[in-house]
Amino acid sequence: MKEGYNMYIEINNVSKIYNQNPNSSQKGLDGANLSIEKGEFVCLLGPSGCGKTTLLNLLAGFEKPSEGSITIDGKPVEKPSIKHVTIFQNYGLLPWRTVQGNVQLGLESLGLDKKVIKEIADEYIELVGLGEFKRHHPYQLSGGMQQRVAIARALAVDPDIVFMDEPFGALDALTRMKMQEEVSNIWEKKKKTIIFVTHDIDESVYLADRIVIMTPYPGRIKSIINVPLARKRDRTHPDFLKIRDSVFAEFEMKQKDTIEYYL
Amino acid sequence: MKTNKTNTGKLRKLVNTFIGLLLLIAVWSGIVLSNKYDRSLFPSPIDVLSGMKELITDGTLFSHIQTSMLRFILGYSTAVVCGIILGLIFGWFRKFWEIVDPIVQVLRPVSPIAWFPFIVLWFGIGNLPAIVIIFIAAFYPVLLSTVSSVGKVDQTYLKVAKNFGLKQPQVFTKIIFPAAFPHIATGLHIALGSAWVFLVAGEMVGAQSGLGFLIIDARNNLRSDLVLAGIIFIGISGLLLDKAIGMLEMWIGKNWGISPNERGI
Repeated sequence: MKEGYNMYIEINNVSKIYNQNPNSSQKGLDGANLSIEKGEFVCLLGPSGCGKTTLLNLLAGFEKPSEGSITIDGKPVEKPSIKHVTIFQNYGLLPWRTVQGNVQLGLESLGLDKKVIKEIADEYIELVGLGEFKRHHPYQLSGGMQQRVAIARALAVDPDIVFMDEPFGALDALTRMKMQEEVSNIWEKKKKTIIFVTHDIDESVYLADRIVIMTPYPGRIKSIINVPLARKRDRTHPDFLKIRDSVFAEFEMKQKDTIEYYL
Repeated sequence: MKTNKTNTGKLRKLVNTFIGLLLLIAVWSGIVLSNKYDRSLFPSPIDVLSGMKELITDGTLFSHIQTSMLRFILGYSTAVVCGIILGLIFGWFRKFWEIVDPIVQVLRPVSPIAWFPFIVLWFGIGNLPAIVIIFIAAFYPVLLSTVSSVGKVDQTYLKVAKNFGLKQPQVFTKIIFPAAFPHIATGLHIALGSAWVFLVAGEMVGAQSGLGFLIIDARNNLRSDLVLAGIIFIGISGLLLDKAIGMLEMWIGKNWGISPNERGI
């Protein structure tokens, strides 16, 4: 990285220490450095304990780093902002509000006109294909549909960055793939910066421009893999599999003498 | 098929209720017919039934029920409003609660009737003493359930609120209160039962009207049949109140987006 040139998101030497008691403390994240460009789709990939969720929480402003600094657009991150919306694994939908009410939640604090709020909410409910379910409560929807509501709610406030914390972790494999496809499409349409936490290698190769590989105890960034594949990615294409292989190799889950090419 | 099943369930329940009542009346009549007890001390089912009829036809019952209900609604709703507001504040500012909690723990087990000497000195006689007693009886369950349910609000909701830039008092009105409400409703139900019990007690010691007074008045006139009739009416009204709040809970559950499984249906 060139001196004096600042990327959109800058993570400088960030550590997070959790003090469980005076005698023992655990490093959730150790000396992380990472720069992210505007509009990039970055996956944080690693097993549990690697600090990927910690890093996301720090970026989103839910927690503060013990050491180091994080800046977004040149400004240090101090608290959560409506410009940087997080989507949680358990969706974080308010069960007492309907789909519509949930999507309107963020818009309400922007001080918009009631009519405008309704219009924007409806537009994003349509975007995620839930027009017919506007008046349903979350418990009446499947997991995939609930996560779509959360996505609509996040996008409705027109954020610059969307943080996704293992958003599809609770979904079955097929729903998961469908959701990955949709998120990829939405990203292409809306051009948001997305930081996506996952422990699923295929998911990261399918979605990311760059995969940040992290290892646990203490949580560290091990390496970064570029994914220069065109969108509408084909999960069975040789190029896809090649990158997938190199990710496996990073986790040392691949035998050294495996053949390079599949016939 | 399902409706068929619930219908037979309802029918069976009705039959069982009927059998229970029949058994009770049989035992009761048996004791009366044994002639071991004085009629004026132990009224027969027929006496009580005619007593009930008397209370209904001369209109005293309804005027007493009306007075009692009015007191009940005033005392109970004040307790609910105060209990929820204070509970939300104490539940949110835990440091406050840690200071108040020991005092509440000491005062809570005290029967509202124990306060009666003070209540009469401070509030005189009439409607107020009964209302204050209902208030005390309902206040603690509402307060405690509100405090504990605020503590149980899912952290994710609070994160979402922060993320979407909600400020106070919106965090309270849009997140904490609705998130805690299903649990608070359980406290409201418990409070209703205990308040109804103490309403009658309160009216027995400090009122000239109401269901509790009806019983005391009947005793003073040596009308044991009316005493028992009054007791039965108090039981029925309490049951109806309980059913009403049960229905309210169902309605809340539905509108609060609680799944039927969690609602226990």
